[in-house]
Amino acid sequence: MQNHPVYTDNDPQTEYSTLNLGPTHPATHGVFQNVLQLDGERIVSGVSTIGYIHRAFEKIAEHRPFYQITPLTDRMNYCSSPINNMGWHMTVEKLLNIKTPKRVDYLRVIIMELARISDHIICNGVLGVDTGAFTGFLYMMEYREAIYEIYEEICGSRLTTNIGRIGGFERNFNTIAFNKMRKFLKEFPAALKEFENLFNRNRIFVDRTKGVAAVTAETALSYSWSGPLLRAAGVDYDVRAMEPYSSYEDFDFEVPVGDNGDVYSRFLVRNEEMWQSLRLIEQALAKLEKEPSDIFHADVPEFYLPPKEEVYNNMEALIYHFKIVMGEVDTPTAEVYHAVEGANGELGFYLVNDGGRSPYRLHFRRPSFINYQMYAPMSQGMLLSDAIINMSSLNIIAGELDA
Amino acid sequence: MGKIANDELLKKIGDKFPGQVNVLGADYGLLTVETGRAQITELLTFLKTDPALQFIFLTDITAIHYPEKEMPIGVIYHLHSLTTNTRIRVKVFLPAEDVHIPTATVLWDGANWMERETYDFFGVIFDGHPDLRRILNVDDMTVFPMRKEYPLEDPNRIDKKDYFFGR
Repeated sequence: MQNHPVYTDNDPQTEYSTLNLGPTHPATHGVFQNVLQLDGERIVSGVSTIGYIHRAFEKIAEHRPFYQITPLTDRMNYCSSPINNMGWHMTVEKLLNIKTPKRVDYLRVIIMELARISDHIICNGVLGVDTGAFTGFLYMMEYREAIYEIYEEICGSRLTTNIGRIGGFERNFNTIAFNKMRKFLKEFPAALKEFENLFNRNRIFVDRTKGVAAVTAETALSYSWSGPLLRAAGVDYDVRAMEPYSSYEDFDFEVPVGDNGDVYSRFLVRNEEMWQSLRLIEQALAKLEKEPSDIFHADVPEFYLPPKEEVYNNMEALIYHFKIVMGEVDTPTAEVYHAVEGANGELGFYLVNDGGRSPYRLHFRRPSFINYQMYAPMSQGMLLSDAIINMSSLNIIAGELDA
Repeated sequence: MGKIANDELLKKIGDKFPGQVNVLGADYGLLTVETGRAQITELLTFLKTDPALQFIFLTDITAIHYPEKEMPIGVIYHLHSLTTNTRIRVKVFLPAEDVHIPTATVLWDGANWMERETYDFFGVIFDGHPDLRRILNVDDMTVFPMRKEYPLEDPNRIDKKDYFFGR
């Protein structure tokens, strides 16, 4: 005697079950909530709720001098915070018409490309974990540690770096930092090759990812996707190539492009970007040989914080220190939009300055926020397990999503 | 195709919308134009679909608040033409008592969340938006926090006032 119906696969279901995926779910790697309507294991519809770690950075930025905004940018994409820091510094430099020396540009390129690698390591490693392969993630994690040690040598911190200054860096890179970079360049390619060998032609991985969440170029553009996701869909838009900043025009690198925008293409694009980043770092190190080794910032005393020992012993340095910290230096009344190629896409800073101590308005174009909005619509009709790896491959960073 | 010069871009827009689009400037080479909300959809459509322009990529939508101005709320669009590598900024200013503007979701799907964010923080109502709800703030919030009348710090605090610094 059965008092509940038994369904077979072919029976039409009259009721959907509701699943709260998140806000804290081990499969989502961050604070994301999606309320899904499920028909068996298939997603009928979904609604994304975001804003769980919204910290009102744009409002706070309206009350902070330029230097105090740098730590806010750290906390957006915390997997590659140096890109955010330098993107912000370059925005201010553009506003103030500061021309940075070539050596500063090349040092920045090294750090930004290391940050890109560390971000892609996480994304691709976690994609492996979500498809059931923990090994690759653990192999690659060691090299993220190596990158963090390089940051540590340069700015003293690891995750939220607050690296650099307006016009350059707070101190010159020491030999330990350069040695660590060379060691990284020597050892990482072998690990990356091994990682690719583990995944690229792995039957289980390819079956799980190929054709999953494929996105056409038109849809990706309509949703304003950028970064590896847009390139995986076949559009070769890379801010580094289109609007070179920090002397990217001096470098020889390729913009990898995928074909059908599925999870597998995104994985391949990110892997190839890591190879290109390595090329960029190698070229930058070679270019540094030809630059004077004692230059690490632009000569802009009104904006570049003087070294601490001079502040205590030199009147001019003390005055500049005070003026910079209190935001007492005159700045032009202007609007500036500056974009850098973040690890997730076009990271833009829209700064409206009224000449005051702090920005009149500062808006962050956060790629995670814009990339994530397609998640719920594209999940329709997808299997729940595919939706999970789709989320991993979008590489949504909660800090950047919610700002 | 190379970058479109600002003069050329402006001429094309001026020919299509005579007297309806004002130039606000070109800070750091980025052309900024202003239009009214009656023309905004047509202007965006023209910029997106004109074969010589093709501003197909909507970089961003955001807003700004100038409380002392007659038209205090400005909605700001950043567009990018990927084929010509040209950017343009379009602004629309709205009166405080009637902050309505037509939605851009008819042109770009990606405008959806950008407009929700703008609504959430500035209270701009995008007419025709499919799902205009708050996005980052809690649903039962009653104010639009990025407007200038909501100070971040205690407004009674005086140690940061400009007159202490000779301004």
